[in-house]
Amino acid sequence: MTNDTSALHDLSVAQLARHLRERKVSAVETAQHFLSRMRTHAELGAFLDVNEEATLAQARAADVALAAGHAAASPSLLGVPVAHKDIFVTRDFVTTAGSKMLEGYRSPFDATVVAKMAEQGVVTLGKLNCDEFAMGSANENSAFGPVKNPWNPLHTPGGSSGGSAAAVAARLAPAATGTDTGGSIRQPASFCGITGIKPTYGRASRYGMVAFASSLDQAGPMARTAEDCALLLSSMCGPDPDRDSTSLDTPAEDFTRSLNEPLDGLRMGIPKEFFGEGLAPDVRAAVDAALSEYEKLGAKLVPISLPRTELSIPVYYIIAPAEASSNLSRFDGVKFGHRAAHYTDLVDMYKKTRAEGFGDEVKRRIMVGAYVLSHGYYDAYYLQAQKIRRMIADDFQQAFKSCDVIAGPVAPTVAWTLGGHGNDPLADYLADIFTLPASLAGLPGMSLPVGFGAGHLPVGLQLIGNYLQEAKLLNVAHRFQQVTDWHTAKPQGF
Amino acid sequence: MSLTSADIARIANLARLELQPAESERMLTQINGFFDLVEKMRAVDTTGVEPLAHPVATIQAIALRLREDRVSESNEREANQRNAPAVENGLFLVPKVIE
Repeated sequence: MTNDTSALHDLSVAQLARHLRERKVSAVETAQHFLSRMRTHAELGAFLDVNEEATLAQARAADVALAAGHAAASPSLLGVPVAHKDIFVTRDFVTTAGSKMLEGYRSPFDATVVAKMAEQGVVTLGKLNCDEFAMGSANENSAFGPVKNPWNPLHTPGGSSGGSAAAVAARLAPAATGTDTGGSIRQPASFCGITGIKPTYGRASRYGMVAFASSLDQAGPMARTAEDCALLLSSMCGPDPDRDSTSLDTPAEDFTRSLNEPLDGLRMGIPKEFFGEGLAPDVRAAVDAALSEYEKLGAKLVPISLPRTELSIPVYYIIAPAEASSNLSRFDGVKFGHRAAHYTDLVDMYKKTRAEGFGDEVKRRIMVGAYVLSHGYYDAYYLQAQKIRRMIADDFQQAFKSCDVIAGPVAPTVAWTLGGHGNDPLADYLADIFTLPASLAGLPGMSLPVGFGAGHLPVGLQLIGNYLQEAKLLNVAHRFQQVTDWHTAKPQGF
Repeated sequence: MSLTSADIARIANLARLELQPAESERMLTQINGFFDLVEKMRAVDTTGVEPLAHPVATIQAIALRLREDRVSESNEREANQRNAPAVENGLFLVPKVIE
């Protein structure tokens, strides 16, 4: 690639980093190329805020560092542009969390994940649309409009990291950050045909991530390949003891270190509960084909059971709203965010501010959360859910005695049509069934593209690893991508 | 178990949310639909099971840490108040609380 930048957006993060390091293209040219694509494809609704001046200033700084040879050490992300889910607070861009409550909000600081990536020379392309406060599975709960799936604009990109998944699939960004509370990285990655990983709970700092459910929220990368996810995840993780009380002490790791290890003898656990009648035949066919491919790579399929898979739905939808109702009590119209224009007194100001600022799904979850935490109901709901949460986590430990990784579908169907679940929040909740168990257990999980289902919409394979086994998961995904090309498939028109 | 409109009103008050009548009604139906799903969870025998708060506590002891009590941030009053709905002389304004 000489001075032609036309195919820059088809390069992986690893390739792009190499081009930048070898000075075949500058960080400014790269940023300009993606900014121009973002303008051309604004109809996707993927971005909520763009600040070209700030992006180009970061790119210029990266070029100075590149010229000084700072990228000599490999791997380096110096000059690589990435877009952030609008749940991470950023100094240079507006942060809304997809909510009217935070319209126009300017954070005085950067989230730890954003700051860590910036320190490594990553250039920020803008902020990505998402469900309001990351609550949703279709990106339809954003106060600023839904995101379209690049594979078919009538379909949802998934959620809550829908903007992240759509932007990466449409090559508007080589990679993006996402957050996953109950599947919000894995499910949109699956729906948009890209690769995404949620690390072990506590790996990436939650500081500066607008809080939804604190015991579940985790940040992770979304990109087109497992190799790219490994590079980015390495830049995002590490202890943040002073700012995130649940951050793990585990030091930062190079997650690319074992990408190429052979899979001979790998024991792949297949949970029978993930292959029941709720699983659509087209998704099942693509997942089964992927499992056969893994057998060719030397993996052995081991039947396992995760007996409380179905229970994970009520357990999650008690715990997450309970924590959300507590976290969202900070939005009171006093120190930041929306405030109602008309009210009679302080309490009325709170009530009207919150009524105007929050959308329907957020209000529902606040209500459920406030109820299950209220006097007389705490033991029956919240505590009971936390006990079953331990049983679900123990089920995984039992399963990992006979397997190294677990594999199955990410979601029961391919992406549904925008508005397809109508006004039925339960339909969205039920569709989260395969991602919730790993979330509740705090285990690392990922999605990688393994084919297409009905309507030529992408299907993802979910891989779940034991605690801190991200490098293993990425290795398992990478080997698959070495012998298949689903991850290179590109939606028409992009 | 079914919630009533009175329950919805009580919870909305606790959560400081003003709900329009139509909204309350919709919320009642949806929340009751959701709690049908929750019944399965209530029936599970959890005798002797410790609740799990930090998921990684499944495999190792996790102590919630406290950071050292020292000044770590500089005064950024202006930046912090830039997003406030109403400020005067560096103070956040709220409606009168005490007559």
